[in-house]
Formats: sequence, structure tokens, C-alpha cells
Amino acid sequence: MFATTPLRVVAVSAGLSQPSSTRLLADRLAAATRERLTAEQDRAGRDDRDVEVRVIELRDLAVDIANHLVSGFPSAGLREAIDAVTEADGLIAVTPVFTASYSGLFKSFFDLIDHTALTGKPVVIAATGGTARHSLVLEHALRPLFAYLRAVTVPTSVYAASEDWGSSGDEYTEGLPSRIRRAGGELASAVLGRTVSGASRAPGLDDGEDAVVPFEQQLADLRLD
Amino acid sequence: MQFGIFTVGDVTTDPTTGRTPTENERIKATLAIAQKAEEVGLDVFATGEHHNPPFVPSSPTTTLGYIAARTENLILSTSTTLITTNDPVKIAEDYATLQHLADGRVDLMMGRGNTGPVYPWFGKDIRQGIPMAIENYALLHKLWREDVVDWEGKFRTPLQSFTATPRPLDGVPPFVWHGSIRSPEIAEQAAYYGDGFFHNNIFWPMEHTRKMVDLYRRRYAHYGHGTAEQAIVGLGGQVFMRKNSQDAVREFRPYFDNAPVYGHGPSLEDFTRETPLTVGSPQEVIERTLTFRDAVGDYQRQLFLMDHAGLPLKTVLEQLDILGEEVVPVLRKEFANLRPAGVPESAPVHPAVAAARVSGKES
Repeated sequence: MFATTPLRVVAVSAGLSQPSSTRLLADRLAAATRERLTAEQDRAGRDDRDVEVRVIELRDLAVDIANHLVSGFPSAGLREAIDAVTEADGLIAVTPVFTASYSGLFKSFFDLIDHTALTGKPVVIAATGGTARHSLVLEHALRPLFAYLRAVTVPTSVYAASEDWGSSGDEYTEGLPSRIRRAGGELASAVLGRTVSGASRAPGLDDGEDAVVPFEQQLADLRLD
Repeated sequence: MQFGIFTVGDVTTDPTTGRTPTENERIKATLAIAQKAEEVGLDVFATGEHHNPPFVPSSPTTTLGYIAARTENLILSTSTTLITTNDPVKIAEDYATLQHLADGRVDLMMGRGNTGPVYPWFGKDIRQGIPMAIENYALLHKLWREDVVDWEGKFRTPLQSFTATPRPLDGVPPFVWHGSIRSPEIAEQAAYYGDGFFHNNIFWPMEHTRKMVDLYRRRYAHYGHGTAEQAIVGLGGQVFMRKNSQDAVREFRPYFDNAPVYGHGPSLEDFTRETPLTVGSPQEVIERTLTFRDAVGDYQRQLFLMDHAGLPLKTVLEQLDILGEEVVPVLRKEFANLRPAGVPESAPVHPAVAAARVSGKES
């Protein structure tokens, strides 16, 4: 038997209040994803890979994020959070809606992630807001952001308005729990269907000599060899 | 080991007085600082090159030529010379001339610059930054080593039967460093030529500097210039000192808090913990600087940034006194004791400089 690495699901929550409905939605999505990851592996009769879920609260990193923007390098804690996101097998990204878009804190965090670091990564996007009128923020703001980052965003995005926490849907609309389950299922399928797990970033300084294009090649590209 | 200072040449308001020096004052202060560096026994003075306010050093060889005439031992260098937007032919001419004026006391550091608009202002495309650094340096390297050059590249007009004049002093080109904060391509370039690699080591954590230097060392060995330990490494650093640590912190804090680049960001305490900045007593600076060696191995040049963020000239000169009298003599001894045989003591100096030093010691 080979020891297998766990499947890592990371949820990023940009909620600011404590307790926060954004965090609540992140937790619910993470739980739904874990449940489906376990169930799908059982069904396929595979040896289960453990599922590790981690929630990153951007509120705790707000000052570090601002300092990174100003100074150009991350604190140790922020570095660790960025690494967790880039190395995750599946990502859940949840923001409150502020002024018709994702919050500034949410955007600032993703601004600090290398633009190639999320390539091919399965992502669920989700948002919270006071009224359902903002729900298309997911489609006109978050989905293009992750498209730019070349992530694989699953079809179902989850918007939770205040009223969703106290209602169960109607004949036209599924309730919040079933939307969360659907998104979690899509993310689980995408994670398990991925051929390469973990980070898919471009080679960097951490890869040592593998990161360098040999100088002869650099000269040849300029036809100076 | 060579010790010295490097300047960015920023004109910055002193946050404690609200006074901003004129450009003339800043330029004259730079000259005074360089001459002080020689007086207190430092080895190197390096100036940056910028083409936008609030910086004054747009014409480094003019300034270095003046300093050459007013000093006898100081090695004049740059931090950095823009290999992207300058014509490599002009760099070859300017620095060969400076080499003659200074009797060989010249080396220089290639860099790509950090100000986006400088590229378009000089008719260049910033997206071609690395290819330009590679091609332009390949030409500069050739111009200093071959008397008659035929050349065709992507970034400048071709040359047929071109001779850059004056030829390097005694036929020996100035030693070249390549500076980069985070581009592995530049570490690779330095290694390929067997040139020096310099990390500015100011804004980023030491761990990052270590990775860049480590890459350069391994590639230096790969290209057969010597062992990884023999590669020529330079580091920056940033210090502010007073006899008592608390006085240093108290005096430097307003300059730190309002400094260009990192001001209004992390606290002084966070920044000193996470980056090589040291604010404290001379002994603390000695101890911190010795830890650089633990990270990158035995290295050949240490430059300190001393004159930025609006610090008044008087303070900078006091800092240089402390650096030259209390810090560098101890570091010289400590680094020399730690350095194994076979690892170069310093970056290569011009034979004329080496000869002058030998005769100076004998007389």
C-alpha cells in the first residue's frame, strides 16, 4: 500500500464581521465538498484519500495584506496562507458584496497571488449580501477574475442573501442548502477528475536550477549564439 | 572583503523638519558623502541611476568622474547602471573613460531599473526588459574585449567595423556585477559570464536573498568559472546606528515611517525582523551583518544604504564615521578569519589598482 497525500480543500473567506455570514457560507461549502469527496471515493471503490479542509479568514491577514502591497513581500503568516491556496486541490472563494463587487480585501488578497499560480485549479465562487439583487456579482465580477487566473470555476456559484438563511426556496428556486450541495458536488468532481493535483504554478526560485532557462538558450532566442 | 556604501540619490523631505533639500544640495551632499567614505576607510562608493524626480543621479559618470578626482583609493561603482535603456555603446565609452580618469578604480553593476515609464521615455518596451539586458550586455562585453566589432542584434542599430574608444585601461575591462532582486535569468547571466552577482538585500527577507545567491553560485560552478564557493557575491544592507540602541530607534523611526518605498507600511520592528534592516548599536550591526554570511556563504562585497529617506547630511556623515571607525574594522577581521583559503577575498580589482596598493604598502 502506498501512503497517499490528503486532498486539500481551502476556503478563503473575506467576511469582516464576527460571526460572519460569509464565513458561515464558506464553512457550509467546505463541509459539502468534504462530504461529496468522501462519498465519491467510496463509490468508486478507491482507497480513500483523507480530506483536509482549511478556512483562511482574510480579516486576520488584513494588515499583512496591506503591508505586502506597500513593501512588496509577505509576512510569514501571509506567505503560508498564499502557499495553502496555491497548493490546494480545490478552492472555495467567498466574499461579501461591497459596492457592487467583491470586497477590496478579497481582491487585494488575490492581487498578491502570482497570476499563473491558480492555473487549472477547481474553484467554487460564492458571495453574501443583504439582498438577492446583488447575486449577479458572482457572474460579472468573480467569474471573470478567476477566468483571468485560468482557474476552472465550477458552473454553480452560490449567493446567499440575508433572507436565504431563513427560507427554503420555492417552486422556481432551490433553497440555499441544495445550492451549496450542488456546488460542493461539482467541486468534488472537479477535484477528483484532476489529473495533476497540487500547485500548477510556473517554475520559480524555489525550484532552484530547474527554474532557469540555460543562458545559451536565452542567447539563442535572441539569435546571438 | 570590500565594504562601501550605495546611494539611490533620492531628494526626500526631512520628516522631522519638513525641509526638502534642493537638487543642488543633494548633488553636493552626494559628493561629500563619497569623500567621507574614503576618509573613514571604506572601499566602495556606488551610485544609482534614475531619470525621474525625486532622484538626482541621471548622469553617474559625471558624478563619479568628479569623485575620482577628489579621492585616491575609493572604488567607484554603480547601483545600478541601466543596461536596458542605455545604449551599450555609450556605457562602454563612458565607463572606459572613467576607468582612465580613476586609474582603474572602477567597476559597475548592471540593472534593469525599477521605474516603468523610463522604458518608453527612452523608446524601449518594458516587456523586453530581460531580453534587452541580455543582448545589450552581450554587446557591451564584446565592445570591451574586441578592438573591432561587427554586431547585429534586435535592440540597436547594427555596427560594422566599430571600435569603442577609449579602450579599457591596460586592456582590462571594468569588473561587472549583475544586480537583481528576483529574476533568476539575471543570476544565470552573471554566472554564465563569471561576473559578480549583487543582491540589494534591502526590501525582501534574507531567505529570498539566500535563494537567489544559491542559484547564482550553483550556475557559476556549472559554467566552470570555479567552485560555487568561489563565485563573486555582493550584498546590500541598511543600517542606522547610535551608541545606544534605543537612541538609534528613536531617531530613525520618523525617517523609516515616511521613507519612500516601504514607508507607511510595516512597522520598524516588523521590518527589522523580516528584512536585513538593522537599527541599533554598532555591535548589533556587526552581529547582524555577520549573519548574512550564514545565509549566503563567504561573500566579497558589502554595501550599505546610508543616505536616503531625508536623513540630513550631518547625520549621514556621523553614520559614516561610526561605520568606518567602529563597524567595518571589526567586520573585516571577523570575515577574514571565517573565510576559507581559496575563496576570493574581494571582487577582482584592476591590475593598476592592485599594483598601486602593493607599492602603497611597501612605501
